[in-house]
Amino acid sequence: MTDKPPSLAALFGSFFVVGISGFGFVLPWARRMIVEQRQWLDAEGFNDLLSLCQLVPGPNMINMCTVLGDRFQGPLGSIAAVTGLISGPMALVMALGAVLARMSDIPVVAHAFHGLGAAAAGLVVATTVKIARPLALPRAGEARNWLSIGAALLAFVAIGLLRLPLLWCLLVLLPISVGLQLVWARR
Amino acid sequence: MQDYLDLIAVFARLGLLAVGGVLPVLPDMQRAAVEVHHWVTASEFTTLFALAQSAPGPNMMVVTLLGAHVAGIGGGIAASVAFILPPCVLVFFIGRLWQRLRGRPWLPVVQTGLTAVTVGLVAAAGYLLVRTAGDDATALGGIAAATVIFMRTGLHPLWVLGLGAVMGAVGLV
Repeated sequence: MTDKPPSLAALFGSFFVVGISGFGFVLPWARRMIVEQRQWLDAEGFNDLLSLCQLVPGPNMINMCTVLGDRFQGPLGSIAAVTGLISGPMALVMALGAVLARMSDIPVVAHAFHGLGAAAAGLVVATTVKIARPLALPRAGEARNWLSIGAALLAFVAIGLLRLPLLWCLLVLLPISVGLQLVWARR
Repeated sequence: MQDYLDLIAVFARLGLLAVGGVLPVLPDMQRAAVEVHHWVTASEFTTLFALAQSAPGPNMMVVTLLGAHVAGIGGGIAASVAFILPPCVLVFFIGRLWQRLRGRPWLPVVQTGLTAVTVGLVAAAGYLLVRTAGDDATALGGIAAATVIFMRTGLHPLWVLGLGAVMGAVGLV
């Protein structure tokens, strides 16, 4: 794409803007910056990077900054991109938190928090529906993947209902889920 | 000092387990913050999560807020770094091997297996939030309304969160 790799300052600055632009959903902003504005990757390269980032634990965007920063400027590039992405939001959220913590005794603020919590819970329920839909209702022509549905239900029961420790659930569920999918795919 | 060590221990562990992002580890994060370390009450945890969703940036900001709540600005930074460092190191090295891994036919299959578990964990996070935020009938109604608005409209999440806060302030939720 571009001839000269972006500098540490460019990595920090570009991801700083991405970080303070996106509310909750940073990915569209990152795509716009990386693919359209800076042309650091083409669309295919971006999707390839995203599939890597979704494979590894941790927030997708942090992973993306780590890998992209390393490609251009090595480990220092990773650090520049990640700190660029999170420094603005972190400063903002801590300032906001400090102010609001002092106001939380005021009844109207406490009530506002109550409503805000309800809306945030709705956001997560809606997210659940959005990501669960492809499992329950596959696109036309695709077979329903009962293994996926079973693994999702098991994870929900283990963590949501039984409140088992996450570490043990993942150590048991991930190998089973991934292993069975691999066996199923071979058939 | 003990606060810092506790924050780092809790969030480094959660960071390594964050398959699919922050939401899947929310139930365990809540247990560590509320039941194990008594940093916040269950309803304060929900408020911090909601505030984090209302701020810009990646949705891991609940980690920063919790850290800051426990030990000020230093705590916010310590918790955040502890949370992202293990996955960063992991993805750094996998990123360097990626040229050899990409395009392998088993990768999408592995992804399917991971995603399935992630879906169940996000559902568990949603269930937990509904139970703590939906403490009365009007709050449950508010959650249901917010869910429908998020699903049915392209409205920016910030508007819905702001609407929730206003409805709460005037006593409707």
